[in-house]
Amino acid sequence: MSITLNVNGEDHSVDADIDTPLLYVLRNDLKLNAAKFGCGLGQCGACTVIVDDRPIFSCLTPISLLQGRKIRTVESLGTPDKPGPLQRAFIDEQAAQCGYCIPGMMMRAQALLERNPHASDAEIRTALEPNLCRCGTHMRIIRAVKRAANAMAGA
Amino acid sequence: MEEFGAPSSLTRRRLLQGGGALVMSFSLLGPARGQGNPDAAAPPPAAPAAPKPPTLPGSLNTNRNLDSWIRIDADGQVTVFTGKAELGQGVKTAILQCAAEELALDPLKLKLVTADTQLSPNEGYTAGSMSMQDSGTAVRNAAAQVRELLIAQAAKQLNVDPSTLHAENGQVLGGPSPLAYGALVAGQNLHVEAQPQSKLTPSASFKVMGKPLGRVDIPTKVTGGLAYVQDLRLDGMLHGRVVRPPSYKATLVDADVDGVGKLPGVVKVVRDGSYLAVIAEGEWQAVKAMRTLARSAKWQEEPSLPDPAHLPDALKSLAAQDGTVADSKTAATGVVKTFEAWYTRPYQMHGSIGPSCAVAQLGADGVMTVYTHTQGVYPDRQAIAQLLGMDQSKVRCIHAEGAGCYGHNGADDAAADAALMARAVPGKPVRVQFMREQEHAWEPYGPGMVTHFKGGLDANGRIVAWDYELWSNSHGARPGSAGALISARYLAKPFQPDEQKLSINPNGSGDRNADPLGYNLPQKHVIWHFIKDQPIRQSSLRALGAYCNVFSMESSVDELARLAGKDQVQFRLEHAADPRGADVIKLAAEKFGWSNWQPSAGHGRGFAFARYKNHACYVAIALEVEVNRDSGAVRLVRANVGIDSGEIVNPDGIRNQTEGGVLQSMSWTLYEAVTFDRTRITSVDWQTYPILRFGAVPDSITVDIIPRPGQPFLGTGEGAQGPTAAALGNAIRDAIGVRLYDLPFRPEKVKAALLAGK
Amino acid sequence: MRRIVLVIVAVIVVVAAAAYFGLVYKPAIDPLPQGQAQSFDAALIAHGAELAAIGDCASCHTSAAGQPLAGGVAVPTPFGTIYSTNITPDRETGIGSWTEAAFVRAMQQGVDREGRHLYPAFPFDHFTHVSDDDDKALYAYLMTRDPVNARPPANQLAFPFNIRAIMAGWDLLFLKPGLVAEDASQTPEWNRGHYLVEGLGHCGACHTPRNALGGEDAGHAYGGGMVIDGWFAYPINASSPAPQKWTPDELATYLKTGFSADHGASRGPMAQVTAKLGEASDADLHAMAVYIASLMAGSSAPAPQPPNPPPLTSGDSLAPPEVIKASADRGAVIYATACSSCHESGRLPPFGGIDFHKSTAIHADSPQNIIDMVLFGLPAAEGRTGATMPGFAGTLSQDDLVALLNYLRATYGDGRPAWSNAAQLVADTLSGKTAVNLYGQDGLPRGPIPVNRGGAGS
Repeated sequence: MSITLNVNGEDHSVDADIDTPLLYVLRNDLKLNAAKFGCGLGQCGACTVIVDDRPIFSCLTPISLLQGRKIRTVESLGTPDKPGPLQRAFIDEQAAQCGYCIPGMMMRAQALLERNPHASDAEIRTALEPNLCRCGTHMRIIRAVKRAANAMAGA
Repeated sequence: MEEFGAPSSLTRRRLLQGGGALVMSFSLLGPARGQGNPDAAAPPPAAPAAPKPPTLPGSLNTNRNLDSWIRIDADGQVTVFTGKAELGQGVKTAILQCAAEELALDPLKLKLVTADTQLSPNEGYTAGSMSMQDSGTAVRNAAAQVRELLIAQAAKQLNVDPSTLHAENGQVLGGPSPLAYGALVAGQNLHVEAQPQSKLTPSASFKVMGKPLGRVDIPTKVTGGLAYVQDLRLDGMLHGRVVRPPSYKATLVDADVDGVGKLPGVVKVVRDGSYLAVIAEGEWQAVKAMRTLARSAKWQEEPSLPDPAHLPDALKSLAAQDGTVADSKTAATGVVKTFEAWYTRPYQMHGSIGPSCAVAQLGADGVMTVYTHTQGVYPDRQAIAQLLGMDQSKVRCIHAEGAGCYGHNGADDAAADAALMARAVPGKPVRVQFMREQEHAWEPYGPGMVTHFKGGLDANGRIVAWDYELWSNSHGARPGSAGALISARYLAKPFQPDEQKLSINPNGSGDRNADPLGYNLPQKHVIWHFIKDQPIRQSSLRALGAYCNVFSMESSVDELARLAGKDQVQFRLEHAADPRGADVIKLAAEKFGWSNWQPSAGHGRGFAFARYKNHACYVAIALEVEVNRDSGAVRLVRANVGIDSGEIVNPDGIRNQTEGGVLQSMSWTLYEAVTFDRTRITSVDWQTYPILRFGAVPDSITVDIIPRPGQPFLGTGEGAQGPTAAALGNAIRDAIGVRLYDLPFRPEKVKAALLAGK
Repeated sequence: MRRIVLVIVAVIVVVAAAAYFGLVYKPAIDPLPQGQAQSFDAALIAHGAELAAIGDCASCHTSAAGQPLAGGVAVPTPFGTIYSTNITPDRETGIGSWTEAAFVRAMQQGVDREGRHLYPAFPFDHFTHVSDDDDKALYAYLMTRDPVNARPPANQLAFPFNIRAIMAGWDLLFLKPGLVAEDASQTPEWNRGHYLVEGLGHCGACHTPRNALGGEDAGHAYGGGMVIDGWFAYPINASSPAPQKWTPDELATYLKTGFSADHGASRGPMAQVTAKLGEASDADLHAMAVYIASLMAGSSAPAPQPPNPPPLTSGDSLAPPEVIKASADRGAVIYATACSSCHESGRLPPFGGIDFHKSTAIHADSPQNIIDMVLFGLPAAEGRTGATMPGFAGTLSQDDLVALLNYLRATYGDGRPAWSNAAQLVADTLSGKTAVNLYGQDGLPRGPIPVNRGGAGS
């Protein structure tokens, strides 16, 4: 069936089974790379995107639930030439090793900072709890989110 | 990321034929110009009669021509080739820094081609923290020699003494007018063999090396760029999924191949013996078809796994061949106190966040092209060619990044599965990604190990007896032959894994770091009880045996220090065999505030040291834990690492890798063990195999680096794994007065130790 | 308002009565002399630790950011907010100056060392049934913990409840001191369970409904229905909604591990309870299970069915692969995509999600717990294996969730009627009006407290 999804501010008409998880539509139909397949079980957060203003697991969210909702991925935050504040912060802190988990981390962090621009260290850790990183980049991820919060507050 | 996209038609030959490759007479670079090679005791220049070629620095020794490493186009564009692969460890950036430094160029203006069987030198595996020693050294020396060739060429053109010229920003300066690199190489060839010695830029003059440089791959990764093999979308690409058996020894009885073949979008169901896979147009269609096929499949299983309730005994009961790792051939004398202990390590997982993935296509020219995040494109090519019954020249493996692998995970298996499926649909690219359960249950784990230590002190509190034994498989079961690929074992005509052989060499395997070379010991005896059988699939996990060996040895040293009544740091310093080892010990202790430690209830401090592989980086770590005595839960509070990686290329890269190593090792050490019953692996996701989450992240990890200008690069990426485990055990010992010997230190074990110990 | 006036009048009457019976005034007990170290037998301390696990002292006396047993946890009551006290052996802010006699008196009579009446958020109406010996073991355990200097915030109680003396009246009504009577017709194990459940375990504090004065409604013992931390306490008597009967063995497993293959995972405040019970002795847990199972004996639920067939493959989950048609029930579509990949994975419990035919939450009178689970999930416990579940608060709208609830109840509820109040409960949970606290299987809080502070999805 055909369904209209609003992704990163644009409407896209997608032809897919309604039980298709959003992740597969983002990656294959819309050719967006950021959200990643990690587990398909909601256990790792690599697929995290924002719907309206909340972070969600796109691997477990059927597109049938998303008509009329505003979906955002890391691609909406900026580009390599013009990175957004959160992207800038991750680059400045060199907050990646393999980087596979990072877009999911960023969308969860983005949702946090939009809701709570002055998030404390503890609040950042709490918010990121659903997302796994295997390289052990955690310290840098926390620092990057703090840095982004400061940058956004100063902007 | 120009290496992505449709299979490139580039070949090395085409590259060399391309306009304006660098050609120079090798004789222009006289041997007298070379300075001391910092990375190897360079032999004297080969005499014409000598049949044996000289040893060249790093991987230059196996890929001896300069154009294997550096290419300069007529427009001045410099391309650097490495046989190593970016695994998220930042090797691309560090190699670019080496090349840029010696070529006097902006590193961001260089192009880099990484592992590709058609383009790059063959550097084997990207493993063992060897990338900088192998490839970094080769690229740096090649770049320095190319720079000198350019200067020599300019001197010839300008008819001046080369010593009056220097290279800067893509030009040779010092003459009447600047000469661009591109102009100097027009119409020439760099297909010349490198020399043993290079005129390396002195550390004091570094502009790029030794400085933090932002990783070149990070901007793409944080903006949703094309960064991973998972992101490849070739024209007409299909999606494949495998259906794995429920257990290692299962054979397929029946499956609804025809029915699944009729599902929407399904292009083909592949069945070959007990191997099952589906290929579909859409990825979700492939997943659904895979599930239907899995539901329909009937298997015959048989138990084959060791008794998980008695794993150490099970491991020790497997047939073993003894190898001597170290033997002073002297008897211990003057022993007045002894310490003896058994240690165990479970099977542990790489646990990549992204399940392994590959894209393969059988072209009309009969060439199978495979995009893979393997750690070794050449060995993987060999294995896949054997699997498919194709000539190696008809298989091309191109490295494309995956999620961090930390060793031999499912990457090669995914490449093989993609190739098997691509062969079933000629012409069509097929992308295969494993499901989480498949990655968890089928990757080759870090092997379970048992170790035994018995050591003694003399009346002065010095270690005078050191007896260490370990029971372990080999930690290397990588491709090279098809039997190393999991799917190959289930085909109608199956391939068997290669027999493992005991080999004791300086790199080490199960015995890595088992020789206590870091300490001055009058007597030592170290035996590896090499286990040949592999009841559970296993291979290389970051640090190999060093993780468990350093844990065992440094836990024992801690107890010996207690027996001697000495401070843990002081005791290690008294035994340190190498001043550089002593330096990192002092650095970590000082930065931690070891001597100012204030004991408090439930808190403990721990220390450990090892020189990775006994010839790579020196790592010392001091850390603090907090133990909840009711629940047994352990929290790492803070850690200070002192590290000496030789000449520093990218200090932030060293820090990033080391911080990551501490956290990953902490997760292994506190939480991780692969679970199984007698038939099946039962660690199939992050519930059944939990790893570190943010709630347990320490307050701080600080990495301090000792700069060693002019010294050889020392591999960094795996150096923290063993010391972190030992320091955690030592800190728990300090906090609760009881030592833990059986990894991991889950709360129930800490609690049991508390109850038993008091 | 009228109700409050009536309550106040009742309180005054009862306090007067209490005064008459001499219950108001309790003398101070002299503090332990400073600097006098007490020594305790290691076995006594260990026994005290097991008992403290059954009493779950730590859950109420340890705040999310605080040190173990240092108090400061806000306990909301209809009469205001009470903060738990510091029960570490710190002399200044904890119970470091308490003698054993003072501690035993607090447990049995609900007054502190200085003779002040304690509020029954401290369940001394249960602890009064604890034996002197067990109190002494608990004392030995507590006095050997790490002292923490931390003063909890002051209670915020409305008049007249801010006057501690009125608690004497409450005591007169609800405090039934002394050990519970042995039942000679029951086994010693049942009697042990009875003693632990009624006393230290204080199960009724959550599982028995309370009356207007905050006392347990003895007429409906273990009748459930209270909502604590946003989670519905099930009846654990004959009205238990469990679709399969609890056996003592299965219940003991659940109490120890927080999971039953036949019934599901503990969550909400019960996850705190089971996390601590894991530290208790197996014998005591089994005794408690025997007694509680006897409370539920009258339930008409059938005996447990054999567990799910073992997984056919470790290749992937075995969720139903059929393509959902556009016309299908919305709840069914959500279930098929978001739920079934785990709940029909074919994995052995506790992993992969319970078969909803066995779910107590689906069979309960209130959908509150299934609402909480779907929205906020079951967070992972740090470094431990166990059941987890992702939350869907950011994904599901109110209508989506109600559709899913209706689908689950109709499909798996064994013919029980649809939940009539589902939409309202969902709305209140999404808005944060029903504050929900989230705990991991390790009993530690996860996420903000409450997790839906400022609305769901935080």
